[in-house]
Amino acid sequence: MSGVVGTDKLLTVEDLRVSFPTRTGEVQAVRGVSFTLGRERLGIVGESGSGKSQTGRAIMGLTPKHAKITAKTLNFAGRDLLAISDRERREIRGKRIAMVLQDPKYSLNPVSTIGRQIIETLKTHERISTAEAKARTLAMLEAVQIRDPERVFSLYPHEVSGGMGQRVMIAMMLICGPELLIADEPTSALDVTVQLEVLGILDKLVAERGMGLIFVSHDLRLVSSFCDRVLVMYAGRVVEELPSADLSKAQHPYTQGLLNCLPTIGTDRHPLPVLDRKKEWAL
Amino acid sequence: MTANVLSVKDMVVTFDDFVALDHVSVDVAEGESFGIVGESGSGKSTLLRAVAGLNAFSAGTLTINGQSYSGRSRSKDFYRTVQMVFQDPYGSLHPRQTVDRLLLEPLAIHGFDNVDQRIMRALDEVGLGSGFRFRYSHQLSGGQRQRVAIARALILEPKVLLLDEPTSALDASIQAEILNLLEQARKDRGLTFVMVSHDLGVISHMCERLAVMKSGKVVETVTADALESRAFAADYTRQLMTASEGFRRV
Ligand SMILES: Nc1ncnc2c1ncn2[C@@H]1O[C@H](COP(=O)(O)OP(=O)(O)OP(=O)(O)O)[C@@H](O)[C@H]1O
Ligand SMILES: Nc1ncnc2c1ncn2[C@@H]1O[C@H](COP(=O)(O)OP(=O)(O)OP(=O)(O)O)[C@@H](O)[C@H]1O
Ligand SMILES: [Mg+2]
Ligand SMILES: [Mg+2]
Repeated sequence: MSGVVGTDKLLTVEDLRVSFPTRTGEVQAVRGVSFTLGRERLGIVGESGSGKSQTGRAIMGLTPKHAKITAKTLNFAGRDLLAISDRERREIRGKRIAMVLQDPKYSLNPVSTIGRQIIETLKTHERISTAEAKARTLAMLEAVQIRDPERVFSLYPHEVSGGMGQRVMIAMMLICGPELLIADEPTSALDVTVQLEVLGILDKLVAERGMGLIFVSHDLRLVSSFCDRVLVMYAGRVVEELPSADLSKAQHPYTQGLLNCLPTIGTDRHPLPVLDRKKEWAL
Repeated sequence: MTANVLSVKDMVVTFDDFVALDHVSVDVAEGESFGIVGESGSGKSTLLRAVAGLNAFSAGTLTINGQSYSGRSRSKDFYRTVQMVFQDPYGSLHPRQTVDRLLLEPLAIHGFDNVDQRIMRALDEVGLGSGFRFRYSHQLSGGQRQRVAIARALILEPKVLLLDEPTSALDASIQAEILNLLEQARKDRGLTFVMVSHDLGVISHMCERLAVMKSGKVVETVTADALESRAFAADYTRQLMTASEGFRRV
């Protein structure tokens, strides 16, 4: 493994909280999340609704305007992300920190072709000719295993499949070479063979270019084989942190339960075991 | 031998000059659970969408419950019989509607009674308490939205359920609950499933038979048992099996 991978801090998150006012009271989506990230692969797993996406969005500066967001520290490469101006934010976003959103097809612009959107992203952050931008876009689409880059280049978002949408989004986020990539369920719609190819690309960027990667996924097998460390979230908090290789030795009953309820080829358990969620897990 | 509730023969779907489905045939017996796996972009969603009348097909036949369909026209009755859970929960639920509205609408269209009770039960079944009933769908997490979509399909008590990656946005604990719920509903009501997933574990758990797709074609149809004992023929199926073991750093 290359020597670039390490834990010199790229991102420090301390006591991050995000809450939403709603008709039926305040929803506390993130309730005091803390972690640091170096030039490594950090996995985040956790229950549906536990605050994984909202944690990523807060770092990226995509928290909805009406939400309340606080943190003791939210520091990226020496910058306080909660204190910088909107202009600085925009400069960092996309260029230095990029995020693959969980709903890629619906976060793309529906009335513009995929090729035009990737070119546009590239040109906002770099001064290059359209011809060069197009060449790089096609090369990037090919790198993420899009079979027919020329065709997909000229399609609209609603014309691509679920997994193609995810790869388009990954291509668009990687094209500017970010230092930190937050990938929210980036491969959940990909068949396993393409999934491994795409992970291979991310892996290389971490190992060779020293990118920091936050990899949100519910796929335990993937996280344990791909990431260096894993955070386990439950009800807005990090309930456990583990080296990925030790996932099977998890202590928290939620994590243990997760590992036990996966359907696998060759085991025949009907119904599948389910979790008996305890009130105290959410305290 | 039970009758086929769903029969697709030599179906062709094209978008301009791109062939998305290239003479695809699939037969699903009543009460069966049939899986579809395959390459991203191979036409899995297109197949379900063509059955549901959301994509037109230009050649081949489609028979459901003894009735033939062509093009995109489907009767209101069709949607009592066939419901679909879409791959993309973001696209299938109107963001500016409350969960209550989203569940009420299909019930109202089809003239169901006891709507209040049905909505409460449906939410409960997918593990969303009544606290979510008056949330807007844009105020939900990805997995919560997917569960609303499942509740919405089940609430009409259809006979055939088309499920496009129904649990791909869910953590393993909620996935297990949803899979159990689907199996129970199938047992209780004799439902028929056609289920797309890239997770071979999920498919072999839920389905008796499955089709493997690549580039718009079905490369083979095998039983789940054959998958287990590795008694399949196509190279592509073998690649899928190997890749499903996880990431290997080379
Ligand atoms: N705009 C909003 N208003 C109110 N509550 C919200 C809003 N957006 C998100 N939430 C709530 O915040 C919580 C955390 O949401 P988040 O999207 O971070 O979950 P997640 O861990 O990513 O889940 P999933 O795995 O299902 O995607 C959820 O309970 C969700 O319902
Ligand atoms: N409206 C459309 N216009 C043009 N091409 C389309 C349209 N809808 C689908 N396609 C193309 O058809 C092919 C099959 O798409 P489909 O969504 O069926 O794939 P899939 O097997 O479901 O893939 P995934 O696993 O990634 O969801 C893709 O190449 C896609 O670009
Ligand atoms: Mg999420
Ligand atoms: Mg699909």
